[in-house]
Amino acid sequence: MQLHLKIWRQKNSDTKGQFVSYELPDVDEGSSFLEMLDIMNEQLVEKGEAPVAFDHDCREGICGMCSLVINGEAHGPERATTACQLHMRHFKDGDTITIEPWRAKAFPVVKDLVVDRTAFDKVIQAGGFITARTGSAPDANEIPIPKPIADEAMDAAACIGCGACVAACPNGSAMLFTSAKVGHLNLLPQGKAEKDQRVMKMVEAMDTAGFGNCTNYGECQAVCPKEITLDFIAKMNRDYAVARVRNFFNKAS
Amino acid sequence: MELNSNIPEGPMDQKWSLHKGKIKLVNPANRRKYHVIVVGSGLAGASAAASLAEMGYQVSCFCYQDSPRRAHSIAAQGGINAAKNYQNDGDSVYRLFYDTVKGGDFRSREANVHRLAEVSVNIIDQMVAQGVPFAREYGGLLANRSFGGAQVSRTFYARGQTGQQLLLGAYSQLSKQIGLGAVKMYNRHEMLELVLVDDDDGKQHAKGIITRNLVTGKIERWAGDTVVLATGGYGNVFFLSTNAQGCNVTAAYRAYKKGAGFANPCYTQIHPTCIPVHGEQQSKLTLMSESLRNDGRIWAPKDKAVAEKIRKGELKASDVAEDDRDYYLERKYPSFGNLAPRDISSRAAKEACDEGRGVASSGLGVFLDFRDAIKRLGKDTIAQRYGNLFDMYQCITGDNPYETPMMIYPAVHYTMGGLWVDYNLESNIPGLFVAGEANFSDHGANRLGASALMQGLADGYFVLPYTLGNYLGEQGIAKAGKITSDHPAFEAAEKSVRERIDKLLSIQGDESPRSFHQRLGKIMWDKCGMARSKQGLEEAIKEIQALRKEFWSRVKVLGDGDELNQELERAGRVADFLEFGELLCRDALMREESCGGHFRVEHQSMPNDPEVKEGLISEGEAKRDDENFAFAGVWEYMGDDVEPKLNKEMLTYEVVHMATRSYK
Repeated sequence: MQLHLKIWRQKNSDTKGQFVSYELPDVDEGSSFLEMLDIMNEQLVEKGEAPVAFDHDCREGICGMCSLVINGEAHGPERATTACQLHMRHFKDGDTITIEPWRAKAFPVVKDLVVDRTAFDKVIQAGGFITARTGSAPDANEIPIPKPIADEAMDAAACIGCGACVAACPNGSAMLFTSAKVGHLNLLPQGKAEKDQRVMKMVEAMDTAGFGNCTNYGECQAVCPKEITLDFIAKMNRDYAVARVRNFFNKAS
Repeated sequence: MELNSNIPEGPMDQKWSLHKGKIKLVNPANRRKYHVIVVGSGLAGASAAASLAEMGYQVSCFCYQDSPRRAHSIAAQGGINAAKNYQNDGDSVYRLFYDTVKGGDFRSREANVHRLAEVSVNIIDQMVAQGVPFAREYGGLLANRSFGGAQVSRTFYARGQTGQQLLLGAYSQLSKQIGLGAVKMYNRHEMLELVLVDDDDGKQHAKGIITRNLVTGKIERWAGDTVVLATGGYGNVFFLSTNAQGCNVTAAYRAYKKGAGFANPCYTQIHPTCIPVHGEQQSKLTLMSESLRNDGRIWAPKDKAVAEKIRKGELKASDVAEDDRDYYLERKYPSFGNLAPRDISSRAAKEACDEGRGVASSGLGVFLDFRDAIKRLGKDTIAQRYGNLFDMYQCITGDNPYETPMMIYPAVHYTMGGLWVDYNLESNIPGLFVAGEANFSDHGANRLGASALMQGLADGYFVLPYTLGNYLGEQGIAKAGKITSDHPAFEAAEKSVRERIDKLLSIQGDESPRSFHQRLGKIMWDKCGMARSKQGLEEAIKEIQALRKEFWSRVKVLGDGDELNQELERAGRVADFLEFGELLCRDALMREESCGGHFRVEHQSMPNDPEVKEGLISEGEAKRDDENFAFAGVWEYMGDDVEPKLNKEMLTYEVVHMATRSYK
């Protein structure tokens, strides 16, 4: 198939970017979206033009590195699908496709379609863990976890940290990402001890990193390639409120 | 090259505990004076960096991705083994050890494998304690399943995303240490050189690395008291593989060129259950978890004509009569059936396709059929067990596997070869430790399913924290932090990195790095893939040499060195693959036997062999030569365009005696 592409080109974070148009003949329907970009880049190199920089790695939909806004949608038109797992059979011959990087204040553009998502790492570093010293853990079956709880924790833990939720949110909020991690760890008995601290520190880190507030647009859930639900945001809000209250009274006493 | 495996004295099941009791400790107050460099942030790198930091060492960790959470360990699907015997089905440390040694076709180091089996139980405890949501039974206890090559259910899993959950676990521990300031994390940094410094013992010790900041292009020097490489495998030398796009051999290969031995590079695991290649524009292969083999039945049409009709789309797989199907694994290996080990299953698929019975449009595919399982267990149960894998398959191929059987074909997956290490995971360069897939020791010629995650975490959480301390303890506190990056060795290493980058940018030829990579991959797969021959390998070596020359005169790298330049990154990695591919072929040529993931067509069981006559194995199976090849082949760099030297570490088996692998 033949495609018309409009791609965001930006030299680095200090310069302004713009859309540039490219024509691409002979794209195989079985190719993935990123393979389509590979082919385009090969043609640009041949012509002596700088290829388009984009982030990608596993190309299996699990590493969370790919980050393209395709025709205005984070990860493109298919539900529950990362850009690397989007295949060209979902497009039509002669289509015009617009490709942009994630847009969010907390994710500055590094080059072309590559953005800096270290703000997510900062949120995890603030409290997205269970303190467990290496080598001294009790036998794994000493902490039975009811299957529904383990399953729900896994639903949250499936987050790949791609940042589509932030890119899709009109406020650039990281609530879905943060709540997924809080939800995963706070649900489990092993995570209970640090529950309050975790949620307070992670929310604080999220605000410090420059992410916006949640105003219940729900765009995050709509684009999430791992189908993390808004329920986790509600849960996090509850955990946060309880932690604040408990913290207040602990200090008072 | 001195290759002392440093296997501790004592009975096999006590070696590790006796060794731990004897090795040197570093006083907690002194640990902060040592600086440890960890390259790579996958299971091995992240767990090592987190544990060492928690112990009090200063740690710097480097990865080429934008975050340590993206290391390729994240893509492992199926599970992690541990000898917990929670299922009461007769598992034990000994049995896991035995299966791993046998599965590796007697080319791994027995003592390392035993330790791996021992610490496997601690890994599960550790990961559960830090919140990995493994699958549970309704009673709240951990669930297990069986996995390729094993007759017991010892595999722990988190849906089809086990690698992801384990990596996120290790990453969370690493993140905690980063937050505390105990680990300094350098994302988007690529290690391009290892720095060796002369010590007063007359040896050169690993004391630092040179990196390129992939965003700014800045070349930087990092000095440390010891260096850990946990940089994964080199499967991407084949271009098409299940590896992430960024996986590369550069860090390990730089170490090799500085004198580290490279062991068994020809041991490449070809994974039996991948989605077949669809066309020329393809950039990678996707693996379907091997757990699918628990319930899926693998078959190819008995008749070539039927296969051809399927290829042309004239016949649907579901319309093929039961009598016309060949469930070849169940037929050839009745006791293991569809769970036969990976090398055996892969070769059996190739055989069926070579006979003209393949089914994908390319003829390179066989069926993995859930029809009977769905009939037996119901669609819901199958969806619960494998739903995400089925969705993934449908997303890639457009076919619905609940209705029509999946198509699979083997693809390059994991590499068992790697830098040579002793029992302490130290290479022959003092102070250079190598962990996870980047080392060679634990899987022999073939890796069993669900044991890669186990090894990565074992090395990082439970081995290096002891053995690395032993090295530092032996060095003595007086040496801590003494070497700084203004040492002349750093200057020389930095200069060579700059020259290499300048050279790549100056050629300005007419062919892209990717195109060279593709050409290399084709040579590798055709002549050093699932089956290898003397003639093919000799041709491959010549072709790679010619291709390398062409690369250095015709490669075209656009852009500059001082910016984010993905073409330059790729060019550097391809340049190393172009040298390493030759080394891999040389190793394959040297090894006049077939074992595990290494199949030399000249060495296969013949109709007249006693084992075949006795019915122990079929004809056409891999034929080892224990008399002449029971060694790890360790290559020593002798100079550019000079033949490398082969060194041997003889492998002896005290406990599991070498025997013919039979899965009949």
